[in-house]
Amino acid sequence: MSPTYYLLLSALLFSIGTVGVLVRRNAIVVFMCIELMLNAVNLTLVTFARVNGKLDGQVMAFFVMVVAAAEVVVGLAIIMSIFRTRRSASVDDSNLLKY
Amino acid sequence: MQQITAPDISYLAIAPILIVLGFACVGVLVEAFAARERRWGLQVAISAAALILSGGFLAYFLSSNDAAGGPTGRTGVTTLAGMVTVDKPALFLWGTLLALGLLALLLLADRTVGGDLRTEVFPLFLFALGGMLVFCAANNLLTMFVALEVLSLPLYLMCGLARKRRLISQEAAVKYFLLGAFASAFFLYGLALLYGYAGSVKLADIATAAVGTDRSDTLLFAGLGLLTVGLLFKGSVGPFHTWTPDVYQGAPTPVTAFMAACTKVAAFGGILRVLTVAFQSTQWEWRGVLWGVAIVSMAIGAIFGLTQTDVKRMIAYSSVAHAGFLLVGAIAMDADGLSSTLFYLLTYGFTTIAAFGVVGLVRGGGGEVSTLSQWAGLAKRSPMLAWVFTFLLLALAGIPMTSGFIGKFLVFSAALRDGMAPLVVVALVFSAVAAFFYLRVVVLMHFREPVEDGPTVSVPGVFTTVAIALGVFVTLLLGVVPGFVLTWASSGGFLS
Repeated sequence: MSPTYYLLLSALLFSIGTVGVLVRRNAIVVFMCIELMLNAVNLTLVTFARVNGKLDGQVMAFFVMVVAAAEVVVGLAIIMSIFRTRRSASVDDSNLLKY
Repeated sequence: MQQITAPDISYLAIAPILIVLGFACVGVLVEAFAARERRWGLQVAISAAALILSGGFLAYFLSSNDAAGGPTGRTGVTTLAGMVTVDKPALFLWGTLLALGLLALLLLADRTVGGDLRTEVFPLFLFALGGMLVFCAANNLLTMFVALEVLSLPLYLMCGLARKRRLISQEAAVKYFLLGAFASAFFLYGLALLYGYAGSVKLADIATAAVGTDRSDTLLFAGLGLLTVGLLFKGSVGPFHTWTPDVYQGAPTPVTAFMAACTKVAAFGGILRVLTVAFQSTQWEWRGVLWGVAIVSMAIGAIFGLTQTDVKRMIAYSSVAHAGFLLVGAIAMDADGLSSTLFYLLTYGFTTIAAFGVVGLVRGGGGEVSTLSQWAGLAKRSPMLAWVFTFLLLALAGIPMTSGFIGKFLVFSAALRDGMAPLVVVALVFSAVAAFFYLRVVVLMHFREPVEDGPTVSVPGVFTTVAIALGVFVTLLLGVVPGFVLTWASSGGFLS
């Protein structure tokens, strides 16, 4: 099976994630879209590792996963703390800082 | 089964990184086990010790490397299986980061004004600084990505740590986090495409692959584009600056000072290294785009800066304009461009930290007052503070006798020698526009009547005084005798 399909799939997932970040309003969902983008990257890395016949792309995918996990910890902590003070996780409600 | 051999590690060269990150871990333990009332002093001591020790090792490495021609040669050393390169620009950036870090630490550690922060901020500060050190020296895109996250994640948290202005502080943290994570996803996709192109993410391998192959240019340039978006975001350049004003305004002021100065240094260190080491051979393809980005960045910074009503937001837009000027130097792509950009980063960092130190002193009933209209007639209340701030603003505007002038002069002349005359003209126009909004604040402070129940100027503690004084001193010193720093900045190029 041609690797092109995998690359196209990952590009599609990445685009879906990007659009999601831009249009969704809930901070948690925005964050999930970012995770989708990271996983699309993982798919690209693994596909290229297969194409190049090397393992380092797969190892990089593990690095990405670990970093993504760390990002979840920090991100959810921040979203939780703002949810506690505001009772809302909508990114539209955070509007004190502008212009 | 292939035997895996452990890579050689030059511990002396990477000692500054190890010390900063090691002390950060100690800081976490102190946070967990020390009694609450003793924590503040302990944490400040640990952070200061980390910076000074790390600076000491840096100085020792520099002298041993220079004096003997070095055990590793004069140009630098690549260690950790080619993941980290400690070369002349990296050493300069490390020195800059540690010095700026020390200043920012002084601002963070001062509890006599404000005291809006908790002790967690110190380990986070060290982790962020450690990430920045690695980021400047990363010779491999994967290392660079991990370093990017190590420097970003603590910064997101630090932005949200204010207790008194909790709502806007948390809002800044959420905005910074979501946009920052979004940008690092772009960086990562760029990395993946470049991996597909070159079969490796080492900067040198990408450079080799880019020279004379029949591989798909689409992968190369799509990868480069996405990668650059991630990097430019961190440097708050041009159209990728949207987080900057909100985060600068919302974060606690000492944190803003740290972020504004050190993140800029780290991001531009990374940009310089990636562009020079990996993409020099293809520069004629992408340089035009970065011309455009630099112009957009200067325009956004200068024009939006005019309309701001908040001092911190104004400095944020000023930093966007400065990012544009820095990019002008960064895309000159020669030894002059490199040394002038490094010098500019140093001067900009010192001036900005001192400026935020001053902003943190102007306070009203509910904490800091950064609304510009409230600053009217500040010179009558506190002439000293007004004059110091005036001097710093003039430095940011690039008036002669300040380091800002020398920095701009060097960057622009490097760009000019490289045949970018139109870009330099645009940059000069925008620095004139930007000068206008700095002068507006100066006029406001000196020639307006003070407002009713305006802010008061708190008496700074020893730490803040020292930080501001050092920032002002360096700004003045490098404006008058820039030679010695410039010699260091131009002592060598990137090692690939």
